[in-house]
Amino acid sequence: MSQSIVILGGGTGGTIMANRLRRAYGRDDLSITVVDRNDRHFYQPGFLFIPFGLSSAEEIQKPRAKQLNGGIDFHQTEITRVDIDEKVVYLADDTELTYDVLVVATGARLVPEDTEGLAEALDAGQAFTFYTPDGATALAEQLAAFEGGRIAINIVDMPIKCPVAPLEFAFLADWYFTDLGRRDDVELIYVTPLDGAFTKPVASATLGGLLEERNIELVTEFNVGEVDGPGGRLVSYDEREVPYDLLVTIPLHSGAEYVGESPGLGDELDFVPTDPSTLQSTVRPEIFAIGDAANIPISKAGSVTHFEGEVLTENVRRFLDGEELDSSYDGHANCFIETGFNKALLIDFNYETEPLPGRFPAAGVGPLPLLKESRLNHLGKLMFQWFYWHALLPGRPIPGIGADMPKSGKDRSAVEEPA
Amino acid sequence: MATKTVAGVEVDVNDEGFFTDPEQWTEEMVPELAAEDGIDELVDEHWTVLRFMRDEYAEKGTGPTVRVLGKTSGVSVKELYQLFPKGPAKIAARVAGIPKPRGCI
Repeated sequence: MSQSIVILGGGTGGTIMANRLRRAYGRDDLSITVVDRNDRHFYQPGFLFIPFGLSSAEEIQKPRAKQLNGGIDFHQTEITRVDIDEKVVYLADDTELTYDVLVVATGARLVPEDTEGLAEALDAGQAFTFYTPDGATALAEQLAAFEGGRIAINIVDMPIKCPVAPLEFAFLADWYFTDLGRRDDVELIYVTPLDGAFTKPVASATLGGLLEERNIELVTEFNVGEVDGPGGRLVSYDEREVPYDLLVTIPLHSGAEYVGESPGLGDELDFVPTDPSTLQSTVRPEIFAIGDAANIPISKAGSVTHFEGEVLTENVRRFLDGEELDSSYDGHANCFIETGFNKALLIDFNYETEPLPGRFPAAGVGPLPLLKESRLNHLGKLMFQWFYWHALLPGRPIPGIGADMPKSGKDRSAVEEPA
Repeated sequence: MATKTVAGVEVDVNDEGFFTDPEQWTEEMVPELAAEDGIDELVDEHWTVLRFMRDEYAEKGTGPTVRVLGKTSGVSVKELYQLFPKGPAKIAARVAGIPKPRGCI
């Protein structure tokens, strides 16, 4: 008898899961429906490059439905709510979808309205964010016309998607203005709620050092209570201030809005409480979550979604077959960190292991150095978009890179006690 | 890894003074721990937050962020900063005898 899977969200996670599951099951055995509110699939890592004139919104988007293999139903509409007891999804076009398995892949949304003054400042063009295609495009105009002054780059609070992107923005801004011969007229200030450039000690020291080298001021433990758009100030809850001439903000993130309208589905931030190694939600056994929508203790990043996809496909298969789930997602994540001047860093980590120096994916041979600037890493980041559309989304493996974090190739001397 | 003595008891702490074993904490230690962070007088709301921190840690394996504290502890973020100036999530965690909140990467 045919079973049905409903996948909420047609982004990275939703597309990967739909394609992998479609390949694993005959069309008569499993119906797969993907729901998304629009047909514009963006390669989100590309947003970072738009403000610097290195990319455009058109260059990094493709139709969502076209990324889905044949035999997958694509339903374009907003999601109203999920009834987790009746196992029904209610859609804005008044249709209802019943499910045997639900995969929540609707990601994270920006909630500037949760910070006093921020939504108003964004609407009034007194603050900008590169976390949306329109925002990144507007920021490109601002940077091109920026004659001098203080640019503040601010993360309001964690969690955010792609935690390294604000740092990358700072590094690229340094490069951009240096290239234009205007760096001396610009002050760059990186304002973070964290107690360092990064949370984990080894990477924090490396990245903090780079910020200092590039003359980017670092303001830490700054929790924004209010954004004064007209006055050009960030004000913290403990009454410190950072004045600016241009604000690049990364607003607070929550899960998708319908999660908050679905009793029992989400947590206080509308993310889905999820088992960190099986990716089954902790709210109902037939509900799973992947990507930014899940509340698990690892970064919200595309690489995480990709590595989760392999494990989750297997666990959905086991669930449908009535078998015990396999606890095997190890929290693997990796991120290229653009540092400007045609170089990038690469970090590779998981639940147990913080970002460490070394080589990736193989010890010795590499070829990519970890936690170290290199041109090869920068090329890797640029080329990655091709792999995204042609390997990652279709649910194919990326050559040489398995789901688990490679343990070899990491230099642990900074973190391990000498024997 | 180090130890310190609080209310006459030796406890294990990390290099920032956070408890590495929350089981070693007792409520008797709170006034001393709070004083270390410049909090000389404790009111009911302090205790509400400290108990909430320990409950969250027990349930989720990590202390909450300021944002989650503000949403679910019953104490607003503004009040939290009055009770624990300069970083409620971090300071309340230390005084509550739980490890430093696991800032996601």
